[in-house]
Amino acid sequence: MNGSPLYHAFATPQGVEYLRILPEIVLTVSGVLIMLLDPLVDERQSQRTLGAIGLIGSLAAIAATVVQAQYPGLGFWGMVHVDSFSVFFHFVVTTVVAVVILTSYEYMEVQQIRAGEYYALILLGAVGMCLMSSAVELVLIFIALEISSISTYILAGFRRRAAISSESSIKYFLLGSFATAFFLYGVALMFGATGSTGIERIGTVLASAQAAPVLAYLAVALMFVGLGFKVAAAPFHIWTPDVYEGAPAPVVGFMSTAPKAAVFAVLLRIVFEAHAPGTLWLIWVVAALSMTLGNIGALLQDNIKRLLGYSSIAHAGYSLVAFAALPDQGIPAAMFYIASYAAMNVGAFAVVSHFAGAAERYVTLEDYAGLERRSPVLAAALTIFLLSLIGIPVTGGFFAKFYVFSAALRAKLVGLVMIGLLNSALAAYYYLRVIVVMYMREGREEVPVPPVSFGLGTALGLSVVATLYLGILPGRVLEYAAKSASGLLR
Amino acid sequence: MNVPTLDNTVLSLVTFTPLAGAFLLSLLPRRDRDIKVVSLIVSIAAFLVSLHLPVHLRRSQPGFQYEIYLPWIPTPNIHYHLGVDGISVWLVVLTTFLTPLCVLISWKSIHELVKEFFILLLFLETALIGVFVSLDLFLFYFFWEATLIPMALLIGVYGHGRRVYAAVKFFMYTMIASVFMLAAILWLYARTGTSDFVTIQKAIQSGQVSGFATAAPWLFLGFFVAFAVKVPLFPLHTWLPDAHVEAPTAGSVLLAGVLLKMGTYGMLRFNLGLFPEQSRHNAKWVVVLALIGIIYGALVALVQPNMKKLIAYSSISHLGFVVLGIFSFTQAGLDGAMYVMLAHGVSTGALFMLAGILYERRHTYEISEFGGLATPMPTYAAFFLFITLSSLGLPLLNGFIGEFLVLSGAFQARAIYGILGTTGVIWSACYLLWMYQRVFLGRVQNSVNNSLPDLDGREQIALWPAAVAALVMGVAPLVWLNAIDPAVSTALEPLTQLASKAVGQ
Repeated sequence: MNGSPLYHAFATPQGVEYLRILPEIVLTVSGVLIMLLDPLVDERQSQRTLGAIGLIGSLAAIAATVVQAQYPGLGFWGMVHVDSFSVFFHFVVTTVVAVVILTSYEYMEVQQIRAGEYYALILLGAVGMCLMSSAVELVLIFIALEISSISTYILAGFRRRAAISSESSIKYFLLGSFATAFFLYGVALMFGATGSTGIERIGTVLASAQAAPVLAYLAVALMFVGLGFKVAAAPFHIWTPDVYEGAPAPVVGFMSTAPKAAVFAVLLRIVFEAHAPGTLWLIWVVAALSMTLGNIGALLQDNIKRLLGYSSIAHAGYSLVAFAALPDQGIPAAMFYIASYAAMNVGAFAVVSHFAGAAERYVTLEDYAGLERRSPVLAAALTIFLLSLIGIPVTGGFFAKFYVFSAALRAKLVGLVMIGLLNSALAAYYYLRVIVVMYMREGREEVPVPPVSFGLGTALGLSVVATLYLGILPGRVLEYAAKSASGLLR
Repeated sequence: MNVPTLDNTVLSLVTFTPLAGAFLLSLLPRRDRDIKVVSLIVSIAAFLVSLHLPVHLRRSQPGFQYEIYLPWIPTPNIHYHLGVDGISVWLVVLTTFLTPLCVLISWKSIHELVKEFFILLLFLETALIGVFVSLDLFLFYFFWEATLIPMALLIGVYGHGRRVYAAVKFFMYTMIASVFMLAAILWLYARTGTSDFVTIQKAIQSGQVSGFATAAPWLFLGFFVAFAVKVPLFPLHTWLPDAHVEAPTAGSVLLAGVLLKMGTYGMLRFNLGLFPEQSRHNAKWVVVLALIGIIYGALVALVQPNMKKLIAYSSISHLGFVVLGIFSFTQAGLDGAMYVMLAHGVSTGALFMLAGILYERRHTYEISEFGGLATPMPTYAAFFLFITLSSLGLPLLNGFIGEFLVLSGAFQARAIYGILGTTGVIWSACYLLWMYQRVFLGRVQNSVNNSLPDLDGREQIALWPAAVAALVMGVAPLVWLNAIDPAVSTALEPLTQLASKAVGQ
């Protein structure tokens, strides 16, 4: 029973174990603090004050991640495992949170949304996401998944006055709960099949069994449905464009990156650490479908949020290609992909949120016409993100695709790689459409371009630097990812 | 090796001088004149530095020179590996030679977003040079893709009427084709663990790459498709006329002058260098496509009412010669192919500049709009005639040498290749001279043309270097050829080994 939660049930957690969840603690405390202060601060000031607290909270969480990294090991009765793998995802999530808060700062003012609990929800959602990446016990993973999901459901409906936003929230909530139920079924069946909910224990049982029990296959399939929904992989992607269209733009930037990263972390643990059986073909099909359907769907979009929504389906597909590869190359490739996707997509949505204007009126491609002439900096930043999404060299997107595809090639998945490569060529077309519109069309006078504020400038700068850093010097990040992969496989 | 000396840094210097210039431009205030002057200075500086390369090239020495080999990214194992041989060195110089001319010719024709235009131009120059000097497959792919964006923007932002359509078409053609090359590069990397061109070449030659025999036909095709689109080889050429007609003059000059040569250079370096057996195997249909390109391009050029489209189709025809020369696998053929690349770069570049000059005055490229221009614009007509003659291959001018060598190589390979190829020379005389006649000779038909001003000083400064180069290349081809020749024979070595093996059996 070693490693199962029951064994340690009566031991009180030691101090160091609290350090292992320090980022989560910091995020919770700042989230709760915002909630408590919200009624106290002056209504006109609340947005600034609470946003600042949220920003400080997220920066503190980044710092806490650095502290946490010094204390690797298990904690809380073997439910939490801090290793370089989990630290990597903590870092991605907390950085995304910081960038999103910087973006939201101005957005919320423009939309005239009173924003107290907005920042709290982002921080509390991040608690769930961070926890997901370090949880090694299925029930805790489920709880973390719920924490993260529930706050994103609410966030999606934050543009209260817009019906489309409420629709987005309800749709996301209904389908999302459905998906988590699938996941929970999977957890239950997995417990039935292996007698444990601890990932490591499941891994040993499944690896030692001559043939994995049928129940385990079913469990994996069900969990995969739940997680596939959360990362918007086809055929569980139907909700994505609608929800992305309705949700506030910074929230879309948030929910298309941070929760996805966390869910991918869970998926990595389940696929590789728990030795889940029968995943190869499942992943093959889902990856191929996601890439193809996502890109084809995006070809026809005129709304930039829908376009990026479909593109995020396709990118989920690219990342999944890495899951079909051999673990020692697949894990680092997937991690790198997730990190660089986070950098470029959060950046792209920062531009979209800035440009959307009051009540998000300017979100169609036509509104982007002539953006280059009116705001060269914004246009250049968005171009970099889009080029990275295409996968042009010297941006993170290129190496992300490169690692994924070369890992898959080593695993002799030539067919999948060809599907992926053709897809990325196809995808170039719709990203290019945006660039074309920005640079080559005459702008319409009535579409305003507000000046770039300091907060947004910082957010954009960070995303651009991250995107280019990953594209020019990907070595260190990949090395780190490879190190954590070997930790995971031990 | 890691000690920086002039010998191993000069290539980086040449490659990144324009990029540094572009960066400098982005910091300058939007005073158009300053921006133009700075870009001119930067591009001339790059040209002067690049002259170091051929001057100090040890011509008889085989292999790459001015090499620099630094680790860049550990996984994937990518090195910053640059180097040139007698083939690529001239393409680098061609690029740096044409860029200042492009700056000069764009002096007055760009009115909006001037700063961005010159930034893109210099960025494009760096990417183009990078393509020719990279000896690491990934680095090569980087620069290859990096040429795409500035060129597409130059066409799409600064072009004429249907510019957006042309830019997107150009981008998508190249992008989709490059994917196949990327797939081939990924495969090679997965099997060899390196992306270094020289290492991979050695590994393939010594047969250390597992599964190479079965994959080689696909790898060859992967590279070939990417290059064939760029050349462009019939039937993948349809993006070229559109791109040329819509592009601004400087864009056309670099597109025809240098970008197309990326394709033929790639065939020479990578298809022949890495897959000699497959090259020989596929040579037949490649040559057929090249011959179709020569004849079809010329015939279509003949009936074009649009001056720029005519020159664009003539490019397809000329580049057909290059492919024919390369896939004749003869020393003369390859020498000639290289020489046609350079000559075509100079003379077609100049033709596009001339067409652009006319466009600035009349805002049309329609041949029927003109006629009798020799009377109001005598200097212009003289330049035009000279460049036309050089382009159609008049002996003592640059076009002749290359075409002659290619055709003699083609005859060695197979007589029918030579015979069909030779008709291309005749056709090119037809369409070029006929155009010249319609535009310049006779009386002025359209009274607007009476008042057209002749070339001004700046335009002459832009055209003189091209004209002089066309003459010198025709009179003293050995200056170029004695560097090209040894490099070509090195490139041919694996092929001749293959041939002698086949004979031995």
